[in-house]
Amino acid sequence: MQLVRRIGVALLIGGALYGLQLVLEDGLIEYVQRIVLLAGINVILAVGLNLINGTTGQFSIGHAGFMAVGAYGSAYLGVQLAPVVQSLLGAGAVADAVTFNVALLLGALLAAIAGLLVGAPSLRLRGDYLAVVTLGFGEIIRISFNNAKFLGSATGYFGDTPAGLPAYTNFFWVYAWAIAIVIAVRNLTFSQTGRSLAAIREDEIAAEAMATPTTRLKVLAFSFSAATAGIAGGLFAFMQSGIRPEDFRFDKSIDMIVMIILGGLGSISGAVVGGVFVAVTLELMRDLQQYRLVLYALLLIVIMLVRPKGLFGTRELPELIRARFGRGKTVVGAAK
Amino acid sequence: VSTFFQQILNGLSLGSIYALIALGYTMVYGILKLINFAHGEVFMIGAYAGYFAALGLGVESYGAAGFPLYLALVVLVAAMAAAALLGVTIELLAYRPVRSAPRLTPLITAIGVSLFLQNAAMLAFTPNPRPYPAILSEVRFELGGVIVTNVKITIFAVAIGLMVGLHWFVQRTWTGKAMRAVSTNIDAARLMGIDTDRIIRATFAVGSALAAAGGILFGLDQIVIHPLMGMLTGLKAFVAAVLGGIGNIRGAVLGGLLIGLAEQLTAGYLSPDYRDAITFVILIVILIARPEGLLGVVRPEKV
Repeated sequence: MQLVRRIGVALLIGGALYGLQLVLEDGLIEYVQRIVLLAGINVILAVGLNLINGTTGQFSIGHAGFMAVGAYGSAYLGVQLAPVVQSLLGAGAVADAVTFNVALLLGALLAAIAGLLVGAPSLRLRGDYLAVVTLGFGEIIRISFNNAKFLGSATGYFGDTPAGLPAYTNFFWVYAWAIAIVIAVRNLTFSQTGRSLAAIREDEIAAEAMATPTTRLKVLAFSFSAATAGIAGGLFAFMQSGIRPEDFRFDKSIDMIVMIILGGLGSISGAVVGGVFVAVTLELMRDLQQYRLVLYALLLIVIMLVRPKGLFGTRELPELIRARFGRGKTVVGAAK
Repeated sequence: VSTFFQQILNGLSLGSIYALIALGYTMVYGILKLINFAHGEVFMIGAYAGYFAALGLGVESYGAAGFPLYLALVVLVAAMAAAALLGVTIELLAYRPVRSAPRLTPLITAIGVSLFLQNAAMLAFTPNPRPYPAILSEVRFELGGVIVTNVKITIFAVAIGLMVGLHWFVQRTWTGKAMRAVSTNIDAARLMGIDTDRIIRATFAVGSALAAAGGILFGLDQIVIHPLMGMLTGLKAFVAAVLGGIGNIRGAVLGGLLIGLAEQLTAGYLSPDYRDAITFVILIVILIARPEGLLGVVRPEKV
């Protein structure tokens, strides 16, 4: 019965997204469309990064590297896959959708493997080592793509045709993935595993004393987080005609950190709000590029000094609304 | 064989610069258990301070004849003083308020400070690389097929001199003794009447001054400086500190020299493309094989 209901809800959401997609395609100018798509991608990035930086209390500052792995992986594999899928299903919307989603999943898989390689050695130790290792990893990945000839080196990867990468990414798919990932992260966070992750954040030694397999869970959360960054990278790649190593500089990792710190470390709805906020402000501050990172840096410092848990803290939006307007019973999670 | 010795020489001079920077990371980590991400930027600003000090003293008018030695020393001391001031200010404004917060908070603050200094420097100094003034006019001579320059020798000599000075400071002075006490147990040190705030301030001042010296030597060695140079160099110096055993002063020197050698040998024998990657490989290997570092000791974490 529950399964039927879930399928029903999924169909309803899918239908609503498809309807919105049709409206948006004619209704909005391209500039606004781009912001809407980027906001969705940011939501995926923020919610995924929040799992490791917020919920588990480790700190990755190189997530742009995983995004790059996913972007290059799914772009390259998608281009290779397209003819195969078309020969099986015939050219058309169905073949495109299959190619796109398989490419995204493969990109996510590659990003997860990269996450495993980076996380397994560094997560055995105190969290601050992860910060340094991920910082180094982000740079190394970018340098590697800069030197990878078959991926277009520094000019970037634009597929095999002069037309560039196919424009698979649209409103429907971005938000379908965003909703799926938000639900997946939510379920993970409120599961037993999620509670263990929060225990690691609060006190790693105590968690270990309670027989929590801390290293294994940290690596699991980190790889999952890398995979979501990979999905976001794939969506980002097929949004434009090509991707360049420059798209995944250190700034990108900082953008992600600003998203989750604004929203609150450990709050999923906070990450959603932070992701949208950064997408919009980035566009609005386009002319002030050179001041942007100075402002972000100051914002980070000031939030840490004044409200170190971020604007939402670990609380979720519904709790905050209830707490604010006093309806319903006291929420357990909201108690300080 | 002569190329090999050439690489060794270059590696040692680069490594001694890393060692100078690594000392700052290791000293701060030893006391506060904080990775001072902004340290790479202090190094960068130290290099710029030296740049402006040299220009201010009219280095250009000396041309090829070279800058008098006493003025070169003035440049060094001025840059070290400026960086010390910067380090103490960062500690006061950004780190002290979050010192007792959960450890993620100071880490994010440090990243924020690093990012702020990087981008403020890009606004203030423009992102373009600048040629470093010829504080020393280069003299080349050959020694058994190896090209030695007075710049490389100076780098090595200044670095070693500063490290010996630091060793004396930490081992023989009252403040140095207090630093070691605070690093062993900050609470016990406070109970013994040590003004821990003052000692932490002194640690930041000394570490930052050494980084500024590293910045000037780096400028001499690499000829150009730019606002983002602190990021990768800082990362390498941090790896050097971890390699030697973080919190251990002799370890930082050893780690710095080893990283410099590894980088030069990789660039010389494998490919210059991998020179930045090798540091990262070393970091991963050390974290797997011996996370306490070469000279570090395992201290069990107490609950």
